[in-house]
Amino acid sequence: MEREVRVWDNLKRDTEERMKKVAHLVEEGKVVKAENTVALLEGVIKPGDKVNLEGNNQKQADFLAECLCEVDPKKVYDLHMVQSVVSLKSHLDVFEKGIAKKLDFSFSGPQAGRLADFVRDGKLELGAIHTYLELFGRYYADLVPKVALVVAFEADKEGNLYTGFNTEDTPIIVEATKFKQGIVIAQVNKIVDKVPRVDIPADWVDFVIQSPKNFYIEPLFTRDPGLITDTQVLMGMMALKGVYAEYGVQSMNHGIGFFTAAIELMLPTYAEELGLKGKICSYFALNPHPTMIPAIESGWVKNIHCFGGELGMEEYVAARSDVFFIGPDGTLRSNRAYSQAAGLYAMDMFIGGTLQIDKYGNSSTATANRVAGFGGAPNMGSDAKGRRHSSDAWLKCGLEYGMQDQLLGKMPRGKKLVVQMQETFKEKMDPAFVDELDAWKLAKNANLDIPPVMVYSDDVTHYITEEGIAYFHKCVDMKEKMAAIRAIAGYTEIGLQAKEEETMDLRKRGIVKTPEDLGIDITRANRSMLAAKNIKELVEWSGGLYNPPARFRNW
Amino acid sequence: MALNELNFKYKVENPQSIAKEYSHLGVVGSGDLEVLMEKKDFGGGTEVKVVTPVTGFDKVWEMVVTKFVKGNNLGDLLIEINDNNATPVVVSMRLRQALAEANKKEKGGE
Repeated sequence: MEREVRVWDNLKRDTEERMKKVAHLVEEGKVVKAENTVALLEGVIKPGDKVNLEGNNQKQADFLAECLCEVDPKKVYDLHMVQSVVSLKSHLDVFEKGIAKKLDFSFSGPQAGRLADFVRDGKLELGAIHTYLELFGRYYADLVPKVALVVAFEADKEGNLYTGFNTEDTPIIVEATKFKQGIVIAQVNKIVDKVPRVDIPADWVDFVIQSPKNFYIEPLFTRDPGLITDTQVLMGMMALKGVYAEYGVQSMNHGIGFFTAAIELMLPTYAEELGLKGKICSYFALNPHPTMIPAIESGWVKNIHCFGGELGMEEYVAARSDVFFIGPDGTLRSNRAYSQAAGLYAMDMFIGGTLQIDKYGNSSTATANRVAGFGGAPNMGSDAKGRRHSSDAWLKCGLEYGMQDQLLGKMPRGKKLVVQMQETFKEKMDPAFVDELDAWKLAKNANLDIPPVMVYSDDVTHYITEEGIAYFHKCVDMKEKMAAIRAIAGYTEIGLQAKEEETMDLRKRGIVKTPEDLGIDITRANRSMLAAKNIKELVEWSGGLYNPPARFRNW
Repeated sequence: MALNELNFKYKVENPQSIAKEYSHLGVVGSGDLEVLMEKKDFGGGTEVKVVTPVTGFDKVWEMVVTKFVKGNNLGDLLIEINDNNATPVVVSMRLRQALAEANKKEKGGE
């Protein structure tokens, strides 16, 4: 019988062909000169390719992004960009110029408004908005990049990369690309004889380019304690007493906002006074937040694994290897994929701010005209259904879960604490509690399949406003959940619909607790509770090791 | 800037005044306010005066103040609020703080 002859290494052959076309651009080892980058990209990228342009939460392959905008759209077009963050102008310029066509991503902070316009005007075909871990997963399924354009601090001529403090997404991108016969190009700040440590081995990298200037990096996680308000202090006190202490939460992720910054700064003060040291806050999946310095210095924290770095924290982190993950070279290794995995499966709590909460308790930061995505929040802010290990906090929350019996019968199972904090009104008298989330308008404006919800009502366990805490998971049905939302929604339209006897009943049953119910002396809710009141005091706590970026140096 | 003055009067059952004769809390910083409370012989009534640069939110002020006075059964009390664009969030918190402060046992100094 005749057997059909099939070729099983098409991807490899295709890559070899492309590599041959650009062989003349390579200097010593794998080095390509910066001025030849555009020619390199035109040589290795074909129309319709899936291309990963490394845009992280913090570090950006900005030089490669600009070069991609300069390729000839007659040679390179219809690209499908797969990248976690869309934050630079050039990330969308490639669509404007007709070089790229489709986008799959996670987060798009500063470009969110323009992205919405592009989708509406048909300049960009939106695949989907993902959480980081979800997108990383698809790099190994249906979104494998053919070409990855990544960024590192240093490379040697053979192509070994040092990604160091800001390793972030690089390993997971490179592995998906290279092991599926793709091509990896790295921009680096400096080509050196020997890298301080090998974060990405040379044989996984095809080309290295020393960029004309250092890559851009965003200090996203620095919160000036000087801007924390008394209301945020009050809500922080409520969180510490009503959630952290109540459940004895030992492992967690904190959001990037001022609410959690206030909590971090009250560990050595209010939490210490409550006798919580050693009983809460030992393990974190967290970037090196400068506002964590006083708690670390006071001996609160055993372990922090970081998604990425934070500008100015390099020396401090390096000097605290008992707490952070430090390489043999003495610098931090961050890794977004591992930290997100820890955030999903190893953390008992996610706590952070939101923008809008609907009457059912769905929460979202989406606004009507910005396609921003949520990064890692929906991943960490959800109950991992595959979790099988137990902890006191997780088990207690599960035991309190009002719908547990209906879902499982008589079977003990824990529940992750997912805590959302928001004042009832935002600036300009904008209510935080609404009948319908702006996410619905956004879905319409940008032709999305579903409204982008950050945390769904069935994942949230606690809502905290200045009015009180709703122990949302204790509710037995949606009717009760809606009453609990009304009870803490203050003077918003939603809050004004609260019925006094209903709220009193919820308080009696411990589903709603006011600061008074929690035994908090509300007159103490002021900034003197904070262990550091400004950036300068953070520097002092660090013994001079924290070196804040210029824009935060206001003394 | 023209200031808007609002006045409210209440009479609740079994009213309770504050422990101190006089109490003051807060500062008129941007987005904040100060609350003055003074024990007065109003025959059980409470009078509230709000001075604010904000117009168009009289209804919200009335709701916040009414809930505060009625919810705490206040009486024989004068409350003066000097506001500088505080949100209802801050107003509600400062009022609760002011009442807690006004009911603290007098100690020496602050």
